[in-house]
Amino acid sequence: MQSKMKESDPILEVENLSASTDNLPILKGVSLTIYPGEIHAIMGRNGCGKSTLSKIVAGHPSYNITNGDIKFLGQNINSLEPEERAQSGIFLGFQYPIEIPGVSNLEFLRVSTNARRKFLNKEELDTFDFEELVKEKLEIVKMDHAFLSRSVNQGFSGGEKKRNEILQMALLEPKIAILDETDSGLDIDALRIVASGIKKISSAETGIILITHYQRLLDEIEPNYVHVMSDGQIIKTGGSDLALELEKKGYEWTDNFTQET
Amino acid sequence: MGVSFVKVYKANCNKLFLDNMVNENLVKNVVKEPYKYGFVTDIETEKIAKGLNEDIIRLISQKKEEPKYLLDFRLKAFRKWQKMNEPDWAGLGYKQIDYQDIIYYSAPKQKEKISSLDEVDPKLLETFDKLGIPLTEQKKLTNVAVDAVFDSVSIATTFREELAEHGVIFCSISEAVKNHSDLIEQYLGTVVPASDNYFAALNSAVFSDGSFVYIPKGVTCPMDLSSYFRINSGDSGQFERTLIIAEESSSVSYLEGCTAPMFDTNTLHAAVVELIALDDATIKYSTVQNWYAGDEEGIGGIFNFVTKRGKCLGKRSKISWSQVETGSAITWKYPSCLLLGEESVGEFYSVALTNNLQQADTGTKMIHIGPKTKSTIVSKGISAGNSINSYRGLVKMGTKATGSRNYSQCDSMLIGDQASANTFPYIKSQQPNSEIEHEASTCRISEDQLFYLQSRGIEFEEAVSMMVSGFCRDVFNQLPMEFAAEADKLLALKLEGSVG
Repeated sequence: MQSKMKESDPILEVENLSASTDNLPILKGVSLTIYPGEIHAIMGRNGCGKSTLSKIVAGHPSYNITNGDIKFLGQNINSLEPEERAQSGIFLGFQYPIEIPGVSNLEFLRVSTNARRKFLNKEELDTFDFEELVKEKLEIVKMDHAFLSRSVNQGFSGGEKKRNEILQMALLEPKIAILDETDSGLDIDALRIVASGIKKISSAETGIILITHYQRLLDEIEPNYVHVMSDGQIIKTGGSDLALELEKKGYEWTDNFTQET
Repeated sequence: MGVSFVKVYKANCNKLFLDNMVNENLVKNVVKEPYKYGFVTDIETEKIAKGLNEDIIRLISQKKEEPKYLLDFRLKAFRKWQKMNEPDWAGLGYKQIDYQDIIYYSAPKQKEKISSLDEVDPKLLETFDKLGIPLTEQKKLTNVAVDAVFDSVSIATTFREELAEHGVIFCSISEAVKNHSDLIEQYLGTVVPASDNYFAALNSAVFSDGSFVYIPKGVTCPMDLSSYFRINSGDSGQFERTLIIAEESSSVSYLEGCTAPMFDTNTLHAAVVELIALDDATIKYSTVQNWYAGDEEGIGGIFNFVTKRGKCLGKRSKISWSQVETGSAITWKYPSCLLLGEESVGEFYSVALTNNLQQADTGTKMIHIGPKTKSTIVSKGISAGNSINSYRGLVKMGTKATGSRNYSQCDSMLIGDQASANTFPYIKSQQPNSEIEHEASTCRISEDQLFYLQSRGIEFEEAVSMMVSGFCRDVFNQLPMEFAAEADKLLALKLEGSVG
């Protein structure tokens, strides 16, 4: 049913990826291909490697790729720095957004937006032009202007932090966004805001990976594919109904699955 | 009856590790920055013989055509200095200084009397141009008056006529000795007595030049005043002396910058700065210190032993020190305030960045003497490489300092695992009806913070420098506009390197 999407080239290809941290294997041969316009959900128990997968795609220095490749728009990015990946259009929405004392949110957003714009050969924005742009994007996540003058994520509530992540996604206009448990810690209203924000930002040219434990996010954003991860492997892939089945039966149901080859 | 207690403690408060650094080498590169001001100006100089004795002091005084009281001041200081010992309480490790192996007077050769800038050696003007301090009429900075000091002498002071219209005196201290002798005689050595400490005594004996500022009653100085100190000779010390007097209800903002060439020998810099604020007067004194720090192995660099002190003599007077210390092999510096006047205010805002084998021991003394006096201390120390960065501060409440308050905050940030930071807050209170508050906030540069910024497309170096400048924000906010930008840039430069 999604075959029409596959006429174009994939955005992200993860090929048989194995990775470790401190010599401890975390990923054990993960393969995943995302085409433009697709939304993938990755589910699985805590510690199954979901977050690790997202961090490795974003270039976190704590993990070593021991086997396999990550390709972005056809190019191998295994050895690219995190900032190079971000500039070229890979976005990671953090499960726990990091607080950076003393650095104003506005300045952080501006520097980061300009780094992406520079890559895209777009004109970098000065403070005034950026204010205009950010005002418009604040609407998407229904955030107050006052957030901009505070230090990055410092003293933000859980929900505010997550909305700040989506605001960054809106500003950076990534080709692919990996959203790691963006729904956790959100009340129903905040979840709706975040979900509608994600939908507004995504398009037929972008890909999205939602890492989540809960069906409620997938009720708001229907995925094309659902993958179940266990012990560093994708053990089952299905359509959006797979998530519903998981919700009903729990992860125990998946315990007997082995990696699909 | 006053309660007296002395509390001295060594607190390793708030040590922040840049832990699990992504890549040790990367950090080493990041904090490595080539010194931009290391060039030497090739100019003929007049130097006197090395060594220090009464004849040398007489010679300096004679060269400067000084009145007798000043020669006596020098000789008295010298005799005191001879009986004093070099202080070692800061525990700084450095090669012993041979005071007989230093040239105490060095001046670029130029015409005896210079009536205008056109007569200044173009090489000197070019030097200051290169340092970003243009002095000539066409190019001079528009909103700041500059006194440029090259080795032992003041080369030029801009905007003098404009300032004179407001009654503001801004000139080299040598000129002030000639033209405003009464003020010099009245105030010199009244804040930092010649016998105050070893280096102050040495300075009092041999001081060469420096700046003099006098703001008359009721005048708000129409522009920022600035001195730029340049050490050029490798074997001569620099001993400048600055005196700023703010009369009743006047105010002034004074900026000071320093650089020196790269030599593999150490150069001694022992300055004295005295500030005097009368009733309702305000003096804001800002420093960006970027003397040559020595190389990665700790060879060369300036030994910076400086005594800076302000006297809030008048009621409601205010003295505010802000400093960004990034250079020098050794920094030993405690800009302080004597709060005599009722309701007078002292402030100290400091950022000290050390790298490689630099050592900094810096802080302040807030001496509350008058009632209802108030002081604020905000100190941010950043140490990278194998450097040692210490905050040392004294807050003292005298018996008459009823209703006085102090607030201190000192934070340290360590980059890498070889650097060290210490905090030595000394508190002495003889007045129970006063408040002293010491605080240390906690923040951390972690791998996760760096990754977060990088994952938003921000380069590693810029990420580090963003966090460092975020760490310093409270202090940068206190600097004059142009200076704040410069300080931010300077820190970024120090932290940037050849990553790539």
